[in-house]
Amino acid sequence: MNAKVLAVLLLLPVAAVAQGFSGLGSDAEGFATPQPDPIFTFPTDHGAHPDYRIEWWYLTANLEAADGTPYGLQWTLFRSALAPGEKTGWQSPQIWFAHAAITTPDRHFATERFARGGIGQAGVVADPFRAWIDEWVLQGPDFDTLRLAANGPDFGYDMALDAQGPLIFQGENGFSLKSAEGQASYYYSQPFFQIEGTLRLPTGDVAVTGEAWLDREWSSQPLSETQSGWDWFSLSFDDGTKMMGFQLRQSDGSLYTSSTWIAADGTTTPYPDGAFAAAPLAVSDVAGREVPTEWRVRLPDRGVDVTVKALNSQAWMGLTIPYWEGPIATSGSHTGRGYLEMTGYE
Amino acid sequence: MTLTCLRALLSHWRRNPVQLFAFLAGLALATALWSGVQAINAEARASYDAAASTLGEGQYDLLLPRQGDRIAQEVYVALRRSGWLVSPVIDGRLGDVRLVGIDPVTSPGGIAGSMSNEGQPALVFGQANRLIANAQTAGRLGDLAEVTINADIAPGVAIGDIGVVQNLLGRDDLTRLMVLPDQPGLQPDLGEVAPQLRLQLSDQMADVAQLTDSFHLNLTAFGLLSFAVGLFIVHSTIGLAFEQRRGMIRTLRSLGVPLRRIVVLITIEMLTLALIGAGLGIVLGYLIAALLLPDVAATLRGLYGAQISGTLELRPVWWASGLALALLGTAAALSSRIWQIARMPLLASVRPRAWVMATSSRFRLQTIAALALLGMAGVLALVGEGLVVGFALLGCLLIGAALTLPAVAERVLTFFQDRSTTPRWSWFWADTRQQLPGLSLAMMALLLAVSANIGVSTMVSSFRLTFVGFLDQRLAPELFIQVENAEESARLEAYLLQSTTDLLPLLSTQTEIAGQPARLFGARVGPTYRENWVFLDAVPKAWDVVEGGRGAVVNEQLARRADLWIGDNIQITSDLTLPIAAVVGDYGNPQGQVILSEALFGNLHPDLYPTRFGVRTEDPAQLRQDIVAALDIPDSAITNQAAIKALSLEIFERTFTVTSALNVLTLGVAGFAILMSLLTLADLRLPQLAPVWALGLTRRSLGQLELLRAVILAALVFVCAIPLGLALAWVLLTIVNVEAFGWQLPMFLFPAEYIQLGLYALLAAFLAASWPALRLMRTPPSALLKVFANER
Amino acid sequence: MVLEFESVQKSFRDSEGDVPVLRGISFELAEGETLALTGESGSGKSTILHIASGLEAPGSGAVRVSGIDMTDLDDSGRAALRRSEIALVFQQFNLIPSLTVAANISFQAALAGRVDEAHIQQLVGALGLADQMKKYPEALSGGQQQRVAIARALAARPKLLLADEPTGNLDEGTAEDVLDEMLKLVAQTGAALMMVTHSPKIAARMDRQLTLKNGLVA
Repeated sequence: MNAKVLAVLLLLPVAAVAQGFSGLGSDAEGFATPQPDPIFTFPTDHGAHPDYRIEWWYLTANLEAADGTPYGLQWTLFRSALAPGEKTGWQSPQIWFAHAAITTPDRHFATERFARGGIGQAGVVADPFRAWIDEWVLQGPDFDTLRLAANGPDFGYDMALDAQGPLIFQGENGFSLKSAEGQASYYYSQPFFQIEGTLRLPTGDVAVTGEAWLDREWSSQPLSETQSGWDWFSLSFDDGTKMMGFQLRQSDGSLYTSSTWIAADGTTTPYPDGAFAAAPLAVSDVAGREVPTEWRVRLPDRGVDVTVKALNSQAWMGLTIPYWEGPIATSGSHTGRGYLEMTGYE
Repeated sequence: MTLTCLRALLSHWRRNPVQLFAFLAGLALATALWSGVQAINAEARASYDAAASTLGEGQYDLLLPRQGDRIAQEVYVALRRSGWLVSPVIDGRLGDVRLVGIDPVTSPGGIAGSMSNEGQPALVFGQANRLIANAQTAGRLGDLAEVTINADIAPGVAIGDIGVVQNLLGRDDLTRLMVLPDQPGLQPDLGEVAPQLRLQLSDQMADVAQLTDSFHLNLTAFGLLSFAVGLFIVHSTIGLAFEQRRGMIRTLRSLGVPLRRIVVLITIEMLTLALIGAGLGIVLGYLIAALLLPDVAATLRGLYGAQISGTLELRPVWWASGLALALLGTAAALSSRIWQIARMPLLASVRPRAWVMATSSRFRLQTIAALALLGMAGVLALVGEGLVVGFALLGCLLIGAALTLPAVAERVLTFFQDRSTTPRWSWFWADTRQQLPGLSLAMMALLLAVSANIGVSTMVSSFRLTFVGFLDQRLAPELFIQVENAEESARLEAYLLQSTTDLLPLLSTQTEIAGQPARLFGARVGPTYRENWVFLDAVPKAWDVVEGGRGAVVNEQLARRADLWIGDNIQITSDLTLPIAAVVGDYGNPQGQVILSEALFGNLHPDLYPTRFGVRTEDPAQLRQDIVAALDIPDSAITNQAAIKALSLEIFERTFTVTSALNVLTLGVAGFAILMSLLTLADLRLPQLAPVWALGLTRRSLGQLELLRAVILAALVFVCAIPLGLALAWVLLTIVNVEAFGWQLPMFLFPAEYIQLGLYALLAAFLAASWPALRLMRTPPSALLKVFANER
Repeated sequence: MVLEFESVQKSFRDSEGDVPVLRGISFELAEGETLALTGESGSGKSTILHIASGLEAPGSGAVRVSGIDMTDLDDSGRAALRRSEIALVFQQFNLIPSLTVAANISFQAALAGRVDEAHIQQLVGALGLADQMKKYPEALSGGQQQRVAIARALAARPKLLLADEPTGNLDEGTAEDVLDEMLKLVAQTGAALMMVTHSPKIAARMDRQLTLKNGLVA
């Protein structure tokens, strides 16, 4: 028996959690569950909600170097609770893990960190805002002005974020339905970040600027048992409008979709199941799996009919929880950039 | 019909319980030897793995407190938050149980490495008061915690989540931090974040793992040999059981039992008996292993400084392989015997003389097969590569040699027969020749046993001799001192130069040489190097060459992998290429090493300073105290190599105990094979001996001749076993070991040990033959006379 | 007919090539008939016996036992025929040393699945073996062992008894006694008997003689 196996013995609950996002908390016992018509309190709600099973601070950015080379960047801090509530010290039931990635047109770098709650190695406090795990941070005097940093063995970045618009609320005022049976999460975003900073790559440092999108979501039961994965799109069009759309793939082959249209001033229009549609156009062989990396995405109500194409089809996050996440470009009715996340392609 | 037939077949055993006993005992002993060795091997491996995973952490660099043995938890968090990827460990005693707490979330391999494993009971951290330990330790823990039993945890140790262990120990701090591989770039110096900690590099411990692996390889080789011996014994046992019932089988067929029915019944009967015998053998093997295990445990305890269980776990690996041995041997023996039955001329008489004739063609076939195998072994030795080939070579060599034995023996006996002048001796040699087919399997088993013993003894002794030399060479300085920074290094050097003339500063850096990771050393060539280092091969005045910057010393691993030897040039950096002045044996290290002069190293790496110093001193304890007092260097940074050396030597003494115990056992089993063959032949012998008796040889002298025969045959086997055993050792040392570890062990010869072994072999044969001989001496004359009465 | 040989040929292979042993043998043996096979050593007597018992297959020609052609049968078929129709008595007694006399006697009958206790008792009585039943063969004299072999052969009520020098290992007096008892019992049970013998005296006591020379009927 080696240290790895030993770790499993100790870790099975996490291992179960880590089976994939779809396996997260189909049993909400003891945990608080999201209710319709939420009232958010800021800055408190930017912080952690330990009574809920799962929560994340999820930032993606489309970047460009001075020479025009496009880049993608990801920084995500996850919180996963084995039991509701927080305790100090090693008794804390909270586990934190984080993913960081940089995508270039021909490379993809990804790394992860793990930490236990309760001892100060990782956490999120709301005011002044500070989210951290090890030396990775997302922090600033307020939620609009943040510094972002992460390091891996062969890459890293240090970025500054500055919000150019308001927070927007997904679903019904931040109550985002994930299935016809009523599974839901609290979900809001800050899609208007300007971002600039330095990427550290094996080939050297690169100064970049661009736009970033931060998602905040927490829940205790985000997916129903019959849902096998999701395809999530955040699109920023050249005309200043934005949209978020996702589809949850159910094991019977049907889809559950949801979408939010975001006007340039931040006004939102939520769309219920069926309004948004995404269909794969081409698949790529990624890490031994077939993953769709070219999509036709439509929101007919807004005249959106675009082809979404990955900047780098090999943007595979080969981590403990493997998934695909990378920058994309759109063409068709609207041109623009954005990010695509796909889970459940085992 | 089936029942009638079966009853007849089984009635043989009821009438001849000694044969049944011999049959079962033969199988049981063969299985016991094998499963015993397996058990020890499996236990040793499991213990090693348990020790490594539970306590070792040895493959990782560690952060340890400079003073005391505790690290505040805040220091851990500060290190993490500055970008140091470390994982905390707490280690403490609760009563007589050692508690080790780890953080599974950050431990090496962590969650990521664990995803592919499943099915083990969970230790839910943060909530349950749960530990993992083996059953024995669990008993000692009582109801302090919920204990999940896991046999793979080292004895006396319980592992738990760090929070649980902190609670149980009533502490809120840590003992050490493991430094994970793959650190992100950019983290600050340790001194900035945690000046109270010091970094201990892992390479000091690496040699232990290598040595243990080598020890395991010894045991594996021994296991392989005992498997071969076991197969031979099973084979001969089954063969004899057939021989004894040849007549009955013929009668059954003449009475109208179809051949196929007989074959099926005998197969079922033999396999059933084999299972019973093997079952007994496994129990016996367990007992043998339990008996030897305290020594093995002691050996491993020495190796790891950790506790190894003195009790055995019943591991599927070894009982299954024991069963497999018995069934495989039975199946092999059955198939050849059944083939013989099918072709047996039904009505031919069973006169032993005819039997010899019939088998002389088999002799030839065997000899051809043997020569083919030996040829194959030769080819493999010349061109083969890889560990598997090494073992295949061993197999070819062993079986080939064993199969050659009867032909060789036949030649030798004919030689003596041709030269004997009296009828008595002429008869003796002829009669011995006639015994050969019946005894050849037992002789082969003895040959394998003796040569295995010679081979393994040679290997272990050579290993010990080499290793002692190596220790003298590498651990010559009494004290090793590790320093933290350049300033401390300079201070220590200045201080030590006042009190000693022979100071060995160790400059080293990790690099890549000849396309492999290697460690580059700068050495201050002094008397210690010149007097203690023994090279495998070197140019004249090699140290002078190195000191003058005109050559480098490389270790054997690097030389072999890069296919370089002395005189060849080795490129050390892009603009430094040096001839190899010497190749040095390096028995504890998987990595390549290159040693340059201190001056040359300084030119290449002006920024590096010695991080370790070896010091020669008469009074290590006093010097140690002085250094701690004068320079404020933590005591934990100083190691007393003399103590390590003493421990290492002790380990090899214990390895020896185990090996010699197994030696005696193998010989015992081979002796039993002889006994059994002789007993079985005894009945067949009466018609052969009766005429000689009638012609005037007393029963007493007949019995003495029987004894003499056994001793002569054993001596013959022993003479053949010496070259075979040495060849075996050669393969193990120069092929298998190189393939497995990258270094070759020089082979030493131990004639006194071989002679002792030879005496044991003769003794075993003598003891084995004495019962049948005694029986012969006591055979009533009427039994001999009866031979003439009905000519059977 | 109990036994028919029709143009049976047989040769053996040795280092110098095929050596013919039987060159075309034809004869018949009727129920209850006794036949002596005589001839010099190597003339093929024993080979005929082996072929008749199905222990060896003929090279060519036909061999019928109770009308069944042996050459059509495989080993199991021949073994079954041997069990039920044929019994063998050899010069060496071929008893199973680990079974008692009683078990030896009823052995073939048990194999054939027709143990007739009364019949066996009668055979045992006639052969004078009643006191030996619990002994093992090794405790018996040669004559007694051969009597056991005869009892075993006849206990299964074979149609055909094949005997190969059954008294060859016995002293003259015993041999005569055993032969007498055997012929008497064969006559009682109605079995046909084919016996290989060197002795003209014994051959003369059979209904017919068949003398072989160089693989042919002389």
